[in-house]
Amino acid sequence: MRKVTKMSVNRFNTWFEVLRFLIAIFIAFAISFIIMSFSTDSPFAAIGNLFIGPLTSVRRFSTVLEMMIPLTFAGLAVNVMFKANQFNLSAEGAFFMGALISAILAIYMPGQAKLVLIIAIIAAGIVGSLVCAIPGALKIKWNCSEMVVSLMLNYVMLYFGTYIFNQVARDPNSAYKASYKFRTGVGLSNIIPKTRLHSGIFIMIAFVILTYIFMYKTKWGYKLRMTGSNIHFAKCAGIGVSGVIMSSQLIGGFIAGVGGSVEMLGMYTRFQWSALPGYGFDGVILNIIAKENPAFIPVAAFFVAYLRIGADYMYKQSDVAAEIVSIIEGLVIVLVAATAFLAKFRHRMTTKVSKNMLEAGGAKE
Amino acid sequence: MSSYYKGHPQNLVKDIGYRMKEKVILKVENILKVYPNGIVANRNVNFEVYEGEIHALIGENGAGKSTLMKILFGIETPEEGRIILNGEEVKIENSKKAIGLGIGMVHQHFMLVDSLTIAENIALGNEPKKRGLFIDKAKMIKQAEEYAKKYNFKINVTDKIEDVSVGVKQKTEILKALVRGAKVLILDEPTAVLTPQETRELFAELKTLKKQGHTIIFISHKLNEIMEICDRVTIMRHGTTVETCYVKDTNPQEISNKMVGREIVLHVDKKPAKRGEVCLEANNLVYVNGIGKKMLDGVSLKLRRGEILSVAGVEGNGQAELAEVLTGMKVPINGTIKILGKEIKTFTPATMRGNKVTYIPEDRMRNGCAAKLSIMDNLFTDKIEKYLKLKIFLDRKKMKKQSEELVKDFKVKCSSINNQVQVLSGGNIQKVVAARELTEEAQIIIAEQPTRGIDAGASELIRRKIVEYRDKGAAVLLISADLNEVLELSDSAIVMHNGRINAYFKDTSTLTEEELGYYMLGVKNQSEEEVNAILCEK
Repeated sequence: MRKVTKMSVNRFNTWFEVLRFLIAIFIAFAISFIIMSFSTDSPFAAIGNLFIGPLTSVRRFSTVLEMMIPLTFAGLAVNVMFKANQFNLSAEGAFFMGALISAILAIYMPGQAKLVLIIAIIAAGIVGSLVCAIPGALKIKWNCSEMVVSLMLNYVMLYFGTYIFNQVARDPNSAYKASYKFRTGVGLSNIIPKTRLHSGIFIMIAFVILTYIFMYKTKWGYKLRMTGSNIHFAKCAGIGVSGVIMSSQLIGGFIAGVGGSVEMLGMYTRFQWSALPGYGFDGVILNIIAKENPAFIPVAAFFVAYLRIGADYMYKQSDVAAEIVSIIEGLVIVLVAATAFLAKFRHRMTTKVSKNMLEAGGAKE
Repeated sequence: MSSYYKGHPQNLVKDIGYRMKEKVILKVENILKVYPNGIVANRNVNFEVYEGEIHALIGENGAGKSTLMKILFGIETPEEGRIILNGEEVKIENSKKAIGLGIGMVHQHFMLVDSLTIAENIALGNEPKKRGLFIDKAKMIKQAEEYAKKYNFKINVTDKIEDVSVGVKQKTEILKALVRGAKVLILDEPTAVLTPQETRELFAELKTLKKQGHTIIFISHKLNEIMEICDRVTIMRHGTTVETCYVKDTNPQEISNKMVGREIVLHVDKKPAKRGEVCLEANNLVYVNGIGKKMLDGVSLKLRRGEILSVAGVEGNGQAELAEVLTGMKVPINGTIKILGKEIKTFTPATMRGNKVTYIPEDRMRNGCAAKLSIMDNLFTDKIEKYLKLKIFLDRKKMKKQSEELVKDFKVKCSSINNQVQVLSGGNIQKVVAARELTEEAQIIIAEQPTRGIDAGASELIRRKIVEYRDKGAAVLLISADLNEVLELSDSAIVMHNGRINAYFKDTSTLTEEELGYYMLGVKNQSEEEVNAILCEK
């Protein structure tokens, strides 16, 4: 009798999660629409542009995919660390340093172009690992809060990176702050003509699959999830938790570093970042939307990228500020993350389902 | 009195006789409580408590007792149903309201501030004031003393909580409730942490309270206590009240059968121990905790294959630390541990596990499971290396097969092995822990309070399993505060007091709870020579 109850309640809960997400998006748009209507005379046209903007041309749609690539990498990097219950935000710094290192290699490293490309990506991953390892090591050694350390570390990385950039790679003849040009042929090839969509998307897909397999199919992922879920228990069961925590950040950092280099080598011909790209924090947002499941990270990344490109289009077509999208994004996240949102409705429904099941089961008994 | 009769027809006449004299102080009608995860914790709950009685509430874990009490104390709100106090329907939204209505609760885990004195703890929240601003200490102490005297509680109210025994802490909790004007007092498993002597004291106090007109709701697993002190008993099963009856009209076997819904065995049958070689040998272990207190002060013991050695003692006398040192969770500052003659050099859980030491921890939610992960994931945490393909990938098929067997073997009640552990009841979570730890490979099993707070059915199963693995040749160290369990299961027993072993009994068949109690309190002590003599002989 109890069995029946729990199963149907589980089904109800899955259904409810999907519904809740849709309602959250709807409410977020409704609120944004109200705000928009204050700042423009034609709010309907504006919101229409937001929705259909990315679909108006192949080029715009490919921009969505282009933006989705770094977002997905950031989401996966943060995911591996979050799953081990480490709130390490240095994916941001790892992303930046990964991009820089791959840029420097792309400028200076001699040899066959394809080989340079591969080495640049791997080196970026290793540098990313090293960046994310710092908060991890301090946490294990001295129990420093990885969140505080990583937040501060991001700025250290930005200015350290900028210093290296100025010393090593900056092109004095460039009109704006940029490095020398990458060597010809060192770059991720374009896959759709007349767009900037590059073959990094295949690397991204590979990383999504690998992360998923790592997390749910290997012993390392198993130990990582155990440690993240209950560190005391993992310790008690003989899992070397320090090693697990450390490796989660090394792996997360590696993914972030690779993400940085893929973005750099796919989208640019010179290194020209003078601020943190912000993908590390986007990674946190994606994990909230994707409920920390690596398989859903690309979906969430697509959603966010679509919104941002749509906003850009809306901004260009009408007099609405592009910042409105940050408001929508914020509202969606607040509503998705708020576990109490619609909780009363859910509880009433759960009660009803359980009671019905009890009665049905009771009749059977 | 409008309610219809819910007792056994045989008792009808008797009950009507009693009823004429009794006034219903608290009545609960048709309570339905559904938790957000869909578990129906209470349904069709009906019961009445008479003024001035001690009313027992008994049921297996997961039967809904605690939920019901939380509803009465305002911690949970029911979806349906009515609570009637003194003839008026009340809505208890929070504990403040409950206290205002004269309902007090003593939780199983005490809610006291360790660094304050008893009097301060009692006054906490409504301290007597001097000139409206300063706390009137003298008055506070006087007030606490008055109450202690009124209810005949033998305590020194200026002692700090951290310095007093568990029994005194409990008295403080009871006084705290009484000072706040509690007429109905809910005690959640009050005797779980007490020695037999302390329990007797508590019962005397409860009788005093009863005489002074207080009503007590007494939650317990222990049938003999209910028989001893309670007037009536309400039995709960699967979230529903099964029956309320007068204690004098029933007997322990009848209650336990109704509780479980089937005949249960109150005794575990076991063959005499066939002791083999020494598996684990600890010598002169010393462990000092974070605040510099010596928790283990020279503990030596020998544990043999095929025997169950119990460690009894009042909580906080070093038993927990002994378990933690033996499982590698804590590193002793002195002393040696040998497993099968081989000395252990590094004290980590991994090395101990490597030497086939398994561990059923006391705090199952903290150390025994990952509550958010599935049952299947929780069954292989210590031995995942044995369930791999190509040395890297999880062999889900093998894991699934093994999980299904274990779940069946240990009778874990769940809809699937993919259920999260946190949706199970306490007893079933403990079965999952036991299913993981009690395996063929286990050489030394360290079981710490393996049946604490779980229902009779699950306890019976886990105890039977422990004996089964003993018979298969494992050495078992059983740390338990439940003396009944100690006497029931163990072949030999030691008693710990102040971090030392103050008694060693090679044979437990003639031992009584009283005798153990004296050693636990340190009233009686075996000399070091006596302990050593038994140690060496073994």
